[in-house]
Amino acid sequence: MSLTMQKFTTLTSVAAPLMRVNIDTDAIIPSREMKGVTKEGLSVGMFANWRYSDVDAREENPEFVLNRAPFRDAEILLSGENFGCGSSREHAVWALKEWGIRCVIAPSFGTIFYGNCVRNGILPVMLPEAVVKAFADIAERGEADDQLTINLPEQKVIGFDGDAHPFEIAPADKEMLVEGLDPIGLTLKQDDEILAFQKQDQTERPWVYL
Amino acid sequence: MGRTLIQKLWDSHTVADLGDNASLLYVDRVFLHERTGSVSLKGLEAAGRKVRNPEQVFCTMDHIVDTLPGRGDDTIMPSGKAFITTTRDAAKAAGITLFDIGDNRQGIVHVVSAEQGITLPGFTQVCPDSHTCTLGALGALAWGIGSTEGEHALATKTLAVNKPKSMRVNFDGKLAFGVTAKDMILNLIGAYTASGGVGHAIEFTGSAIHTLPQENRFTVCNMAVEFAAFTGVIPPDDTTFEYVHGRPYAPTGEVWDKALSYWRTLTADDDAVYNKDITIDCADIVPTVTWGTSPGHTTRIDGVVPQPSEAPDANARTSWERALEYMDVKPGQPLEGLPIDAAFIGSCTNSRLSDLRDVAHVVKGHHVANGVKAIIVPGSSQVKLAAEAEGLDKVFTAAGFEWRESGCSMCFYAGGESFGERERVISSTNRNFENRQGPKTRTHLASPTSVAASAIAGKIADVRKLG
Ligand code: SF4
Repeated sequence: MSLTMQKFTTLTSVAAPLMRVNIDTDAIIPSREMKGVTKEGLSVGMFANWRYSDVDAREENPEFVLNRAPFRDAEILLSGENFGCGSSREHAVWALKEWGIRCVIAPSFGTIFYGNCVRNGILPVMLPEAVVKAFADIAERGEADDQLTINLPEQKVIGFDGDAHPFEIAPADKEMLVEGLDPIGLTLKQDDEILAFQKQDQTERPWVYL
Repeated sequence: MGRTLIQKLWDSHTVADLGDNASLLYVDRVFLHERTGSVSLKGLEAAGRKVRNPEQVFCTMDHIVDTLPGRGDDTIMPSGKAFITTTRDAAKAAGITLFDIGDNRQGIVHVVSAEQGITLPGFTQVCPDSHTCTLGALGALAWGIGSTEGEHALATKTLAVNKPKSMRVNFDGKLAFGVTAKDMILNLIGAYTASGGVGHAIEFTGSAIHTLPQENRFTVCNMAVEFAAFTGVIPPDDTTFEYVHGRPYAPTGEVWDKALSYWRTLTADDDAVYNKDITIDCADIVPTVTWGTSPGHTTRIDGVVPQPSEAPDANARTSWERALEYMDVKPGQPLEGLPIDAAFIGSCTNSRLSDLRDVAHVVKGHHVANGVKAIIVPGSSQVKLAAEAEGLDKVFTAAGFEWRESGCSMCFYAGGESFGERERVISSTNRNFENRQGPKTRTHLASPTSVAASAIAGKIADVRKLG
């Protein structure tokens, strides 16, 4: 539930490399895995078509990165460009969150997915492709000691070699993540302005108001 | 400096500037469907919040509901019924208008919203569904959101949005025989890749857009999201106003006149500057079909599957190689003549009355090839009724097509009805992703007339050759 969002300041974790490009939300959570009307119970269907060699029997594919140690516990995911493109389903983010992913690092993201991440306490970090690839090459060794550190207040990722890589994030998105704010509560602080806008609008565009 | 149309729509809905390029935008309409809308309504309820202005919120049943004749709340999709009943109860509790199963206003959300006059030029509209951009064809700023954003829009009547960059896509020239709006948008995505519009809101302009009938304009805007754009908009003109006039929720009388004079201001200023400008000469466009698993994997109908070595970069090469394997096609192989197992005409991209008329024109007097499963699903119950009034259903069934109730149907696979494993489907929909229409199903996107011609031929066919 968005009201109890975990604050995001710093995070240190192994990073799971899933370096395909254009990983769409259908791949993250296939349609038929979205069975409920709530935001829970989705992580079991996450990446189902890749993670299981037999989806119905839930038989794990040992090759898939999140089925391998130490990546099973990774809180950071590394991926190729346009991660989270495709369908707007927020289930993709809920599934990742429930599984334990708190940060995705990629050269670019699907626009809707990016917003969904922020609203659910997952940090999407955009870094140049060469940097993400270099991270992935090291992560691929699968050493539990190879950990990345994300520092959101300072907007940087500390790489495996200790180098700092700065990243951009909109101030409003950052504030929401760092403070673990509920977006609705945040907006309703400005309710006077909303109501004033609506009042004025009713005279200017009466056809909007059914 | 002049303003773009997107900028004007943005400015006229800005409640507050949130700094750093973000604005709190006023949302005129929220539309929900049983798949994700149910989640928004339940989430809101769980947080103890209420829908503000429920009279401006609408909901329909399209994604999970069956499209087989005689349908009810029971679905082929396991646990689908829960979505339907939960949505019905939550919609009632929230006091919003629901186009339920059996209501003749029911249909695919983006088709219905335009058809009922719920979306009007100059509006902002959101829906927890990525193809909400379809409605940009009415000159509205309409975009897809997540369910949590849906809760936000329902509770506050606003959304905090980062302003996208601007892009103008100019479709110049005239469409040749057999070439449709679907081919236009597939060409754009093919030429600039499926991530070509990322971070941008697009204004579609040019003579080919201006002369396009309203229903076909929806097809263009529908796939803006397949171009990774925030949304796509077409400046409203007389074609738009004629379409809107007389719709159930459109204004009438004096209010109509007032609205109309406002809508006429909804064009970009002459000196507006865009972050990116693209021009496409429509004379170069021929019927187009996808060969791979991204809407950007396109080729001319008379073209061949490309060589991965021709891919623009290493990433594209990898994705092309994967797509070749999934689709079971070979570089250099012609698309035309590839045998198909099924043909699907439907979805918010191409299922409106004019699409169905075009399809009827192609299939009349012909029959679907042996062994090909061919299905037509009207975009709304209104489209279905109108098509039946013209006798189109008779043409379709005589030609061997199944004629369904309205809904999303097999545009996507959610565990219910689907195409079979490794079946090759030519489809008028918008997504050819892996497993989209069924487990391991291979989807080729094309215009509805190309799909129709292929169904008749039993293989991917050039609609121009059917005359
Ligand atoms: S028809 Fe397909 S693309 Fe359109 S809203 Fe339904 S599922 Fe989505």
